[in-house]
Amino acid sequence: MSRRKAIIQYFSQGWMMIALFVILLLPLIIGIALTCKSGPIFRLCGLDELLFSSIWKPTGGQFGFLPFILSSLYVTILSFIFSAPVCILAAIYLTQFASKRLISFMLPVIDILAGIPSVVYGMWGILIVVPFVGESLAPFFNVNSSGYTILSGGIVLAVMCIPYVLNMLIESFKTVPNGLVEATLSLGATKWESIKHSVLRKCSTGIISAFGLGLAKAFGETLAVMMVVGNVVQISGNPLEAGYPLPALIANNYGEMLSIPMYDSALMLASLILLVIVMLINLFFRYLIYKTQKR
Amino acid sequence: MKQDNAIEIHNLNVCVDDQRILKNINLQIPSHKITVLLGPSGCGKTTLLRSLNRLTDLYKELKVTGQIFIDGEDILKPRNDIYEIRQKMGLLSQKPYPLPLSIYKNVTYGIKLKGVKDKKLLDYNVEKRLQEVGLWDEVKDRLHSSPDTLSIGQQQRLCLARGLAVKPRLILADEPTSALDPHSSKTIEDLFKKLKDQYTIVVVTHILRQAKRLADHAVFMHFGEVIEQGSPDEMFSNPQSPELKKYLIDGN
Ligand SMILES: Nc1ncnc2c1ncn2[C@@H]1O[C@H](COP(=O)(O)OP(=O)(O)O)[C@@H](O)[C@H]1O
Ligand SMILES: [Mg+2]
Repeated sequence: MSRRKAIIQYFSQGWMMIALFVILLLPLIIGIALTCKSGPIFRLCGLDELLFSSIWKPTGGQFGFLPFILSSLYVTILSFIFSAPVCILAAIYLTQFASKRLISFMLPVIDILAGIPSVVYGMWGILIVVPFVGESLAPFFNVNSSGYTILSGGIVLAVMCIPYVLNMLIESFKTVPNGLVEATLSLGATKWESIKHSVLRKCSTGIISAFGLGLAKAFGETLAVMMVVGNVVQISGNPLEAGYPLPALIANNYGEMLSIPMYDSALMLASLILLVIVMLINLFFRYLIYKTQKR
Repeated sequence: MKQDNAIEIHNLNVCVDDQRILKNINLQIPSHKITVLLGPSGCGKTTLLRSLNRLTDLYKELKVTGQIFIDGEDILKPRNDIYEIRQKMGLLSQKPYPLPLSIYKNVTYGIKLKGVKDKKLLDYNVEKRLQEVGLWDEVKDRLHSSPDTLSIGQQQRLCLARGLAVKPRLILADEPTSALDPHSSKTIEDLFKKLKDQYTIVVVTHILRQAKRLADHAVFMHFGEVIEQGSPDEMFSNPQSPELKKYLIDGN
């Protein structure tokens, strides 16, 4: 009997180890596969040229990824600028000011918003955001624009990320004990000082990690952005111009353009760049968390 | 000077929806004495203490009516200088809640809110307040590290020092020793006895023996009502109400 238990113990522990191992191995396998598959393109030119050239002429054998990388970064940063203040303020309001009834109503609503498929956000973007940008905003700045722009991508992405980030912020803020808020108030802090010194400070790592995960998610988000961003290969600082983010490049062309030589490798490299940037974003935020925890 | 009472409470009621947590409380808290609020848990002691510095504002569902006079002012009236009024009272809660700042900054937090920036004055305050609570020698070498490394008992004394730093006239303590070991509890109790010359102290407790040890004036609460109050000797040796009689038997 005890022998059987020992065997079960042995195997279940073994399985757990294997599961863990697979999880650890997965990103490595993906990375290796992408590197191997994108190998051929390096015969054409070096990594620096691929990353920093802005000429994208696959038929001519020229693959410069810079426009795609910059578009992705631009859309992501815009979405961050739009969503971060909304998320922080909404999370503070819901956890510190709102009545119990409002928060118990809002929590499921936020969950529902976070669960809406991205194609639905994309449709909403086409129906509302694109016309708004093209017909109201662009004329206001005396610009001609179809509405399919970096700005539209940023707005749609921001709206998508808000429930996701908000959820994490609320979870984090809820862990702050009432006693801490009471302590600051009893020492003569105003409500706002109290929030700043107890809630925001106590949750600084939670806030950073929520925004980090939100940014990484935003950077990789494909469908909704692709539907509204215009998908034109160009480099422009003007948010009212179209852009072409990395994930859109991959999703739009894989399977269709593979007759062009090296296109296959180029898209593999695009995936690899995407993976690396998302990892870098994560690493950077890990580092920030480490720094704030040490303080 | 008729300043014998630090706090006068008239007809204080606190309700949630249709449940009354505090029922018609009328109470005087004498100055420079330790007043002990005693009663079984759930009888509304914490709520009463929260009403005294309007921390009830934090809980939107609570409806507070009545009058609480401190220095002749009704603090329950709508007002926007509630921060100053709260600084007249140091709060010590059931568990220590050090701010996520260094030990030094914990003590200076309240003074800095008052606008004091002078480094010498801040240093002086930190040393003096930590001396007062007997913590100085234990922490003087690590003033700039986080209070997380202190024991719970030390943290509670730090919280007391931080409260004293804003120069309150009252100390409100809500079961301040319930999370502490016996030794730290005794330290806190001794501190209260020492501090009562300068401060008016209100201590909430459900421990009968602690009440007997500390009280100059005892108040017995039951289901949101003040049942009996008076000098502890008289009250505990000769209880009038059936509730207190029962509590005294169960409590020993
Ligand atoms: N914010 C609140 N909302 C609803 N009920 C509350 C609230 N605060 C206190 N109560 C209720 O009031 C009663 C007294 O609570 P409390 O003052 O904490 O008692 P004590 O400190 O004597 O244990 C309890 O029954 C508690 O459930
Ligand atoms: Mg209590």
